[in-house]
Amino acid sequence: MKTYTQPVYPYIKPSELGGGSPHHWPVIVAGAGPVGLTAAIDLALRGIDVLVLDEDDTVSVGSRAICWSKRTLEILDRLGCGDRLVQKGVSWNVGRVFFRDEQVYQFDLLPEPGHRRPAFINLQQYYVEQHLVERANELAGAELRWRHKVVGVTPQTDRVAVRVSTPDGEYTVQADWLIVADGARSPIRGMLELESEGQAFRDRFLIVDIHMSSTFPAERRFWFDPPFHRNQSALLHRQADDVWRVDFQLGWDADPEEEKKPERILPRLRAMLGEDVQFEIEWASVYTFQCRRMHSFRRGHALFVGDAAHLVSPFGARGANGGIQDVDNLGWKLELVLTGQAPERLLDSYDSERISAADENIRNSTRSTDFITPKSKVSRTFRDAVLMLAKRHAFARRLVNSGRLSVPAILADSPLNTPAAEPFAGRMVPGAPAVDAPVIGDRGEWLLDYLGDGFTLLLFTAGQPADPLLRELKALASDPIACSSVLVGAAEVALPAGARRIADPTGMLAERYDARPGTAYLFRPDQHVCARWRAFDLAAVRAAISKATGQIAEAERQVA
Amino acid sequence: MTLNLEANIAAPDDFYQELIDLHRELTDEQSATVNAKLILLLANHIGDMEVLRTAMAAAREDIVATPTSTSLPEPR
Repeated sequence: MKTYTQPVYPYIKPSELGGGSPHHWPVIVAGAGPVGLTAAIDLALRGIDVLVLDEDDTVSVGSRAICWSKRTLEILDRLGCGDRLVQKGVSWNVGRVFFRDEQVYQFDLLPEPGHRRPAFINLQQYYVEQHLVERANELAGAELRWRHKVVGVTPQTDRVAVRVSTPDGEYTVQADWLIVADGARSPIRGMLELESEGQAFRDRFLIVDIHMSSTFPAERRFWFDPPFHRNQSALLHRQADDVWRVDFQLGWDADPEEEKKPERILPRLRAMLGEDVQFEIEWASVYTFQCRRMHSFRRGHALFVGDAAHLVSPFGARGANGGIQDVDNLGWKLELVLTGQAPERLLDSYDSERISAADENIRNSTRSTDFITPKSKVSRTFRDAVLMLAKRHAFARRLVNSGRLSVPAILADSPLNTPAAEPFAGRMVPGAPAVDAPVIGDRGEWLLDYLGDGFTLLLFTAGQPADPLLRELKALASDPIACSSVLVGAAEVALPAGARRIADPTGMLAERYDARPGTAYLFRPDQHVCARWRAFDLAAVRAAISKATGQIAEAERQVA
Repeated sequence: MTLNLEANIAAPDDFYQELIDLHRELTDEQSATVNAKLILLLANHIGDMEVLRTAMAAAREDIVATPTSTSLPEPR
């Protein structure tokens, strides 16, 4: 590859093989892909020591996952890596869909102002992994071990024993929790004799990265049945370093080995880009795809995340983005369980919340695949009818499905939510991840800068907060599971420890949260809403935190 | 709203003739495309998912599926 040199991370002989006694880890992460690394950074920032084991000694070979969603960037902002990725990546919001030789449809995934992050950036997976490795290496609590392959996993009632193979031999290490992030083929899933069930699709796609100077805008372009690739589809994305990703649908009968050869690829690219365009092929791969998931993402003290737990087709960028949301969901729960602040059953909510999210991703990517790869003649007829109508009629554009791009899961049915007793309008239902808005305050210019350190209460005030309120906010901040508070629009008075003041100069914050003076939102450490009220009530907030940390249900069960 | 299964077209013979005329001089494949477009246009006009579901079920009545359809074999 011309534009990127793979880093090589050094293998270091583990102390266990040098006569040292085996260290017991709170958490071991198996797999240093984007999801495993994100998990490790999140836990290390929470003060949890974490060991990452990876059988390789470098980052992803080939660009692989390239579309990183707004929510992923917001999660990585919380972990201190968002800026670097956004600076390196190519931001985009607009997608265009073509049918034969005409554009039929255009969409804007972020049509409103007042958000820190774009709908997506495109960035090669190797850059993302490299930046995450560099971030993890800054953190004392994270240890990354390269060329350490997990060869055995023995679940015990309260821990997991992990057998590791290195160039110097094998050793065993113990962890309270094992996060399994070893990818789609997940050797550990196999070792535990667990299945991931679903369907495979009968189609093959060629993906090619090319290096090319071009004035094409940073947009997603999707073609159905274009003149340069008849009866199939094609997709074009711009990545960093003037690298472009081209996807060609090939059909089931294509020979994957033949199609990877430059002499097969070049004519396809020439037909698409024109004879005069200069480019070089960086990387090519032929893939098939599947939609499947495990029955449960938790097996004792082993927790499955990312592709190991669930697999989607690539249309919609729901794979890596879904995986990063998995570990965003898991990190704070593991911290509370490991520090004894929440019962172990809180981790069951990781399973239920992320299974419903995985099902949503699988449903969306399966529907996209059915549109892009019609399984029958009549399905193809309806598909083409939609595309023909879309050119002329607005209603049909809503039916065009070239990939429903990743949006964060709204955990509306989560057992951790406290339903609102008063009426609210808008998107911020319990279970929704916080929508960003521009603010003014001492931590940054965006709402999300103020959420994510533990539980946070966002309180819309008018003028002077009363002393009893300030005393109660102080009490919340010193509870065992501390809840800090952010007061919107409060006057300049001395605030207790754990409370901050922000302003909403544009009114977008109040509008997006349907807020009036008195309105209060409670956010979980992963920035999801778990309760909201029209007036602050200390006991109600405490009860909602208990529920969101799995404690109320525990009490109810004991009573029952 | 429920699916209206009573006669609702003032001049049924005129409608039927125009429906058949719509397909004049078309190949089977073109006709299939026109029919698909027509279904999509009408479905959008109706909009009500309950009505659409009832209509789809009524359309499927008395049609027995056979394994020799044009569907591609399901992958393993």
